[in-house]
Amino acid sequence: MQKGFWHYLEWTAAWLLAALWAAPLLYAIWGAIHPGEFTTHFDLTAPLTLENFREAWNTAPFARYFLNTFMYVSMTLVAQFIICTLAAFAFARFEFPGKNIAFMLVLVQMMIMPEQLIVKNYEIMSSLNLVDTIPAMGLPYIASAFGIFLLRQTFKQIPLELEEAARVEGASWLGVLLKVYVPLARPTYLAYGLVSVSHHWNNFLWPIVITNSVTTRPLTVGLAIFGAPESGVDFPVIAAGTLIAVAPLLVSFLLFQRQFVQSFMRAGIK
Amino acid sequence: MKLNTKISTQVYGCLLLLPAACLLVLFTHYPVLETLKSSFFTTPRGLREAAFVGLENYSMLLEDDVFWQVLCNNAIFSLGTIPVSVALALIMALWVNGKLPAKSWVRAAYFTPTILPMIAVANIWLFFYTPQIGLVDKIVTALGGASHNWLGDPATVLPCLIIMTIWKEAGFFMIFYLAALQAIPPELQEAARVEGAGRWYFFRRVTLPLLMPTTLFVFINATINSFKLVDHLFIMTKGGPDNASSLLLYYIYEVAFSFWDTAYASTLTIVLLALLAVLAITQFVFIERKVHYQ
Repeated sequence: MQKGFWHYLEWTAAWLLAALWAAPLLYAIWGAIHPGEFTTHFDLTAPLTLENFREAWNTAPFARYFLNTFMYVSMTLVAQFIICTLAAFAFARFEFPGKNIAFMLVLVQMMIMPEQLIVKNYEIMSSLNLVDTIPAMGLPYIASAFGIFLLRQTFKQIPLELEEAARVEGASWLGVLLKVYVPLARPTYLAYGLVSVSHHWNNFLWPIVITNSVTTRPLTVGLAIFGAPESGVDFPVIAAGTLIAVAPLLVSFLLFQRQFVQSFMRAGIK
Repeated sequence: MKLNTKISTQVYGCLLLLPAACLLVLFTHYPVLETLKSSFFTTPRGLREAAFVGLENYSMLLEDDVFWQVLCNNAIFSLGTIPVSVALALIMALWVNGKLPAKSWVRAAYFTPTILPMIAVANIWLFFYTPQIGLVDKIVTALGGASHNWLGDPATVLPCLIIMTIWKEAGFFMIFYLAALQAIPPELQEAARVEGAGRWYFFRRVTLPLLMPTTLFVFINATINSFKLVDHLFIMTKGGPDNASSLLLYYIYEVAFSFWDTAYASTLTIVLLALLAVLAITQFVFIERKVHYQ
C-alpha cells in the first residue's frame, strides 16, 4: 500500500517535469494560433487564427530559407556518406604505412569542430571564392571524424567470410564495399544520417559567418534576423515563424521518435 | 606477384582515404596551424602586412579585462548548467526506463528541446524574459513581485541563460544514461530483489556505480559543450549587458567579425582549443580506463 503511494508520487513528479519540459513549446504554439491580446491571457475560448503564420510567412522569405537549408543539409549528408564510407573502409579493412597516425589525425576533428576555427576557415573559404555559397556551409563538416569512426566500427564488426565469399565470386574492392559492407551497415547510416541532419538543420554559428545574402542564408540564420528584438515583430508572429522553421524536424521527430532516440543512443556509445 | 598485390592493396587503401584526408587537412589541421601562426603576428590591415610580434598578443590577453570576464562567465555558465542538467538527465532516464505510465510521451517531452535549434529556443525564451509583457514578469507581478529586466541586468542575465540551457540540454544527456541503464543486466535487479534489497539501496550500491563511466563521459562532454554553446547570445543578449553574458566562443566571434582583429581572435582561439584539448584528453584517458576495467 505504502509502496503504491510512493509510486504515484514519483509518477506525478515525472509527469510534472515532462509538462515543464513541454511547456515552452506548447506555449509557443498557443501564442502562434491566437491573436496578440491572448498571448499572456489564457482563455480557452480565445478565437483561433492562422493570421500570425500568414504574417510570418510574408515578413521573411521562409520558402527561400527552407530551400537553402534543404540543399545545405542534403548536400552535406550525401557528401558525408560518400567520403566517410571510403575512409572508414580504408581504416577497417586495409593495411598501409602510417595508418594509425592517419587515424589519430582524423580523431583530432572530434574535439576541434569547424565552429572553433571560424576565423581561419572564413579566410580559406574566401581564398577559394566560396564565401556566401551553399556548399561552403557544409564543406568543413564533410570529412566528419565522427562519421568515419562510427562506420569504421560497424565495418570492423562485419564478418570477413562475407567479404571473402564476394571476392571468390570475383567482386572488386568497390563491389565488395557496395554489395557487402554498405547494405549491412544500414542501421549505422540511418543513425548517422539522423544525427547529421538534425545537427546541420540546427547549425548556426558557421552558417552566420559564411552567408550574407537571402539566397544562401539557412533557416536558423533567417530565424535569428527575424526574431531579433530590433526587427520589431511581435511575439505571436515570432512564435509562428519559429514554429514554421522547426516544423519539419519536429514533426519527423514525433513520427519517428524511436529511431531518433536510438540513433542518438548509438551516436553516444562511441 | 604476392608483393605486387600487397602494394596495390596499400595504394588502394590510401586512395580511399585521400578525399577525407584532403578535406581534413584543409579545414582542420591547416587552420589550426594557421591560427597558431597568426597568434604570433599582428592583424594585417590594408596594405600593411602582418608583422611578427612574438607573445605580444598573449600578454595583451593577460591584461584584457573582457577576456577574464568572459572566461569567468564561461566557468559560471559551465558550473551552473552541468551538474543540474546531468542530475536531471539521470533522474529522467531512471523514470523513462522504469514502469511509468505514458512513458513514450514523457520521453518525447524530455527529448524535444534537443531537436529544436538553439535559435528557435532563444526566440521563445526571449519572450519569457521580456520585462512587463513577458511570461516570467507576468507570473512575478501576479505573485506581488516587482517587474524586472531579467536579461538587461548583469546580475540576472547569466542565471536566466543557465536555466534555459538546462532545459535545452538535460534531455540530450538523458539519452546516454538511458543507453547505459538498458545495458545493465536485468538479472542483477532480480538477484537484488531476492536478497531483499530496497530500491534506493539497489540504486546506490549497484546502479550508480555501474553508471560511473557514463557519468564521467556525460560530464566531460557537457563541459566541452558548454564552451561551444553560443547561438542564443546572438538573439538574446549579444553578450551584454556590459559583457555580463558573453562566453569565450562568442567573444572570439566578436573580436574577429565585429572588430576585425583576426590576430587577437586567433590568440583567443588558441586558448579555447587548449582548453578543449585538455578536456578531450581527460575524456580519452577516462574512457581508456573504463575499457580496461571491463
